[in-house]
Amino acid sequence: MNEILNNIPDQGWEILEQSRSRGWVLEPMAKSFMEMTGLDIPKFYLGSSSSRAGEFLKQCKSGVVAKCVSSQILHKTEYGAVRVGIHNQDQLKEAFRHFKLLPGFEEVLVEEMLSGVELLVGAKIDYQFGPVIVMGIGGTGVEVYKDTTIRMAPLKPGDVLSMVNSLIGKDIISGHRGQQGVDMDVLTRVLVQFSHTVMEMEDRIESIDLNPVICTPDRCVVADARIILASEE
Amino acid sequence: MDYNSLFRPSTMAVIGVSTSQGSHPANVIYNKNHLRYPVKVFPVNPKGGTLSREVLYKSVEDIPEPVDLAVIAVRSRFVPEVMEQCIRKGVKGAVVISGGFAEVGNQDIQDRMVELSRQANFPFIGPNCLGIFSPHAVDTFFLPGERIIHPKKGNVGFISQSGGVLIDQMVKFAGQGIGISSAVSIGNKAMVREADLLQWFANDPQTAVIAFYIEGFEQGEGRTFVQLVEQCNKPVIVLKAGKSEQGVSAVSSHTASLAGDYRVFSEVMAQHCVAEALNEYELTSFAEALSCYPEGSKGNVGIVSLSGGHGAVSADACAQHGLSLPSPSPETVEAIKTRLGEQVRDIVSLNNPIDLTGSVTDRDLVTTARHLSRDDGIDCILMLLLPYSPGVSADIGAKLARVYQDEGKPMIAYVPNEDKYAIIIEGFELNNIPVASSVEGAVMMAKALKRCTP
Repeated sequence: MNEILNNIPDQGWEILEQSRSRGWVLEPMAKSFMEMTGLDIPKFYLGSSSSRAGEFLKQCKSGVVAKCVSSQILHKTEYGAVRVGIHNQDQLKEAFRHFKLLPGFEEVLVEEMLSGVELLVGAKIDYQFGPVIVMGIGGTGVEVYKDTTIRMAPLKPGDVLSMVNSLIGKDIISGHRGQQGVDMDVLTRVLVQFSHTVMEMEDRIESIDLNPVICTPDRCVVADARIILASEE
Repeated sequence: MDYNSLFRPSTMAVIGVSTSQGSHPANVIYNKNHLRYPVKVFPVNPKGGTLSREVLYKSVEDIPEPVDLAVIAVRSRFVPEVMEQCIRKGVKGAVVISGGFAEVGNQDIQDRMVELSRQANFPFIGPNCLGIFSPHAVDTFFLPGERIIHPKKGNVGFISQSGGVLIDQMVKFAGQGIGISSAVSIGNKAMVREADLLQWFANDPQTAVIAFYIEGFEQGEGRTFVQLVEQCNKPVIVLKAGKSEQGVSAVSSHTASLAGDYRVFSEVMAQHCVAEALNEYELTSFAEALSCYPEGSKGNVGIVSLSGGHGAVSADACAQHGLSLPSPSPETVEAIKTRLGEQVRDIVSLNNPIDLTGSVTDRDLVTTARHLSRDDGIDCILMLLLPYSPGVSADIGAKLARVYQDEGKPMIAYVPNEDKYAIIIEGFELNNIPVASSVEGAVMMAKALKRCTP
């Protein structure tokens, strides 16, 4: 009934396959997966060399964010595994020093800092309805504000408009008090595309968090991604 | 699948009547259909002989005529065998009212029934259910007729997982003058399930509105259900039980935690234009409103009242339910004002809600309703009719109903539900205008009309 697009390339399926034993996909790979399926991700450096990261910092005018990559840390904020607003080499070196002490440290992901409207875009495989898409006001307070809305996938462009309109924070998305809002065409394309990707991976996943997706007036960028794989029974 | 033989049978067998116990469920069903419905009924019990001077058949296969519907009320362990007899006889379908299946752990018997019925293309409702009530056609409820309140025949189809909710909702429908096409309790829904009945009611010419009481869907069944709703051009109402969220045990993602079972259910229903009733009052109001106006409206309500207080209370309720009260156009206000009687012309308030005051007459009410109906900014009119004013006659219901017949704009009335005002209520309802017994109920009806179409 619903046309399944072949959104996911072979390398994407490989990422899911490689993550099976862990049960979830590490952030750099999850983002790489999202990029392969047509979504925008930030410019980044991935590695453990703070001097190479320093070179990357010089290219980023508005600073960087550094995140610890660890297969033992699913929720980074709770471990202090994220440092935002890094503007100089000292701050960066300090972040590296701290991360290397965290459990399961593997690498550091350093990304350009973006500012804009922070959204949550998520997916869940619902028992009764199959793949559903969640969208709402994102960031670390997402479960505090619970300003989210749900639709069954795949989404039609009209669904995206109705999702935005059903949020309490819809004015944040359309732009208020002189703040620039979100480009609805870009947001629509991102959500529709994501919903088709989710349809394709229904059997493989339990849920996905893209939180935040940072929307500037012309881009929607997946700033963090978490893919929880379906448990194997 | 074709369930016509189940919902409107010409002949039926009641299998498992008792020869000694007159109040046995099967005997209740046999008696009420035999005595009061236009269906030819055959009692069946292996002992044979007679039952109340009628032939008691030893097996359904002994019945000398074709049988449309079999009501099976034998003990669970005998049901598969009886079902095989029905299939051999060429019975077109069954209602299995017996309990003692999956609900008490006897999944194997239930699975055997499903297997038999699928092989033979033999639909059955239940087990562990009340079955079917179609006014003037058939009634498989094992409750004595004198204990039940029967709604009149109408165009609302009602499907309930629970028999108790079904029978209680019948009382509420009857109390509000809502008529039903057919009502069915599906119990364990082993074979015939919500989605199957949605399809049948969608094609049933006697049904204009389809209402459900749902406890839950099996895996992926909710998706099938809403996809069928998209192809159905009749309004669908759902009352969901089990709204409280069980905490997600191991919270792995924000999304999994935010998208609990009920939230997903509720939002996906809205996405597919299903009217979700939050409680039995809304279910009743939605069914009544949509049975009169299945086409719906945009939710711009015009309120006409005889009291400022009723206007204010209804305006608050509209705001709470997401309905808007646009001001009537200056042309509408002018048209009404010039035609109002002198006794009220200078004391009315013609904003929305319109307050015509207690000095109003029938003529003022009709004029106001007529010109408000012609205002393009208003797509539904609430008439809050307080029948205490001396200028309001007993004919006001029928008179206002004529405005709807002429102008075609949905109208909803509030009249206190008292015997004294029955003639006003009937004046509306016999002319297809829904009447609520509370202001809140009238607003709920307006809310039902604000629906998208899939």
